[in-house]
Amino acid sequence: MRLLTHNMLSCNIKGVTNGFPLKIEATKVIEKQVDLNVDFLKNMFLKVEWKALVEASRSMGYAELPEEADSSLLGSEEFLKKFHHALLELHLEEGALICPETGRRFSVTKGIPNMLLHEDEV
Amino acid sequence: MWYLCVFFHRLLDFRKPEVESLAKLFGDDDGDGSLQWKLPQHHHPDSPFHLVNLPSEHVARSIARRSILVKGIYELWGEASNYEELEEAIKKYPDERKLPFLSSDTTFKINVDTFGKAISFQEQTDRIRKMSYIPFKGRVNLKNPEQIFWIMETDDYGSNNGLPPVIQRTVFFGREVGAPDRKLIPTYQLKTRSYLGPTAMDAEMAFLMANQGLVASGKLVYDPFVGTGSILIAATHFGAMTMGADIDIRVVRDGRGPNCNVWSNFKQYGLCSPISLLRADNNLPPWRPDLKEVFEAIICDPPYGVRAGGRKSGGRKLLKGIVKPYIVPDDKRLGHIPSTAPYSLAECLHDLLDLAAKMLVMGGRLVYFYPVLRDNTTERQYPEHPCLKLVAISEQILSLRYSRVLLTMVKVGKYTEEIALEAKARHLEFKENHLKWLEEGNLHSAVFSPATPNLDVDGDSKLGKDATPKYRGKYV
Ligand SMILES: C[S@@+](CC[C@H](N)C(=O)[O-])C[C@H]1O[C@@H](n2cnc3c(N)ncnc32)[C@H](O)[C@@H]1O
Repeated sequence: MRLLTHNMLSCNIKGVTNGFPLKIEATKVIEKQVDLNVDFLKNMFLKVEWKALVEASRSMGYAELPEEADSSLLGSEEFLKKFHHALLELHLEEGALICPETGRRFSVTKGIPNMLLHEDEV
Repeated sequence: MWYLCVFFHRLLDFRKPEVESLAKLFGDDDGDGSLQWKLPQHHHPDSPFHLVNLPSEHVARSIARRSILVKGIYELWGEASNYEELEEAIKKYPDERKLPFLSSDTTFKINVDTFGKAISFQEQTDRIRKMSYIPFKGRVNLKNPEQIFWIMETDDYGSNNGLPPVIQRTVFFGREVGAPDRKLIPTYQLKTRSYLGPTAMDAEMAFLMANQGLVASGKLVYDPFVGTGSILIAATHFGAMTMGADIDIRVVRDGRGPNCNVWSNFKQYGLCSPISLLRADNNLPPWRPDLKEVFEAIICDPPYGVRAGGRKSGGRKLLKGIVKPYIVPDDKRLGHIPSTAPYSLAECLHDLLDLAAKMLVMGGRLVYFYPVLRDNTTERQYPEHPCLKLVAISEQILSLRYSRVLLTMVKVGKYTEEIALEAKARHLEFKENHLKWLEEGNLHSAVFSPATPNLDVDGDSKLGKDATPKYRGKYV
């Protein structure tokens, strides 16, 4: 699971109001190189919750993202590279996503987050 | 300018919508995407030969190269009912449109194509010789010519050979502007795919769906019923970034082992992996509530139809209110397999349209299959949503009784607070009336009741009225 995905997911258990961002428990993190697409990054920058991305990348062992970011940074190649790396090149292979409100664990195995709810959660 | 657009004689309903979608993708117009079409004289709408008005040769070429159902797009130099008239027509065609392509510094070849009959090599050569009145100054190059000219003939066959009727023989002569990549479908055909499921989307159809979705480089495309990933494979080939979800963890995560799963299907063709695959239920999507307008296209084959009914979270009795939820003991939670209930057609569509209305960018497209009965007595109704506009309807006949229709919708309205509330109310209503929907929903029972074996066609008045020409079938 890449951090772009993490940035889009939340705990959707019935009644939960603060299910985002999910806390990452990383057991195995891998890196895979991906071609950088500037237009895609600029587009995604508008959609991403920055704070959640910064925190998520830290829990994956990457601490290079600035605390705050606004669109003026998109002109900087260095910033784009870091954003790209955090968003698309870090993978949570094994671990879990934990709901900040209820502590519910969503497991991630073989890179696939299991977001399916139990029958008492729907 | 008007061009001759020649189609393969396949998937007839899909042909014009595909060209219109690609015109939208490559043209820079803000129009509604529909094009002007004309038929050659005496031709039936199902004919492979059409005339289409396109903004430029560049757009025409881009469409032809990317298309699945276009055989070629041509600048038409002459159209006639015999070779004598053709000569007259070509001679009348303005020199300034012809001479640049005939000059001594070009290379060329002439191809002959006949629709509805085969002709011998000798007959082809004879037809090419007849064109000597055209002042070709260039050199012939059969392997890699700069210009390809085409002589195309349809015969004056009757309407009984299973092909659409052409009343009169037509001969066309044109300069090829563009033609598709013929290796595309063979490269991706399912036979070559390592991980397959029973409902894997046929490669030709997956590419058509991607074209309807205006897939292009760097766009984010989502399939909420990803299965073995066939649709996203086509989207990735065209440069999209993709995401997919499926409720079935065996399909989406495990496949048939470490080298035979959804990921390996992408690797096999040297394609980028999806951004993510996840296990999720489209009835309870796991997206953060404030997330909107992220996907440029949502393309999918939802889980209905005779082969693969959908499932959703929560047991049948639970949703009906007969039993209280089973409280999963903490020590069993990790490996617990949540029970699921059948996912009705109506509810599945509601969820899909709501997802699209919310998650598509403005102008983004929802492309999906919808099952229909081939019953001509009732007018067909298609799902509607205030944010989405239906722009293309293409039917693929599956059997005597069933068809599936590929629907293309464009997001034209913002997803408002009101619409969100309405959707939520609807969601609860579905939850309450789940079994009622399931058992009484007309469409649902139509789709899920298995086709009657040994159909007596004559005895079935509805089928007897079927106005679909008999050459129409699964592939045509
Ligand atoms: C018709 S198949 C799609 C197959 C896919 N196009 C492919 O090429 O393999 C429908 C898929 O939807 C999944 N499905 C069924 N109910 C679902 C739900 N509620 N949410 C998400 N996926 C679901 C099934 O597991 C199945 O893989």
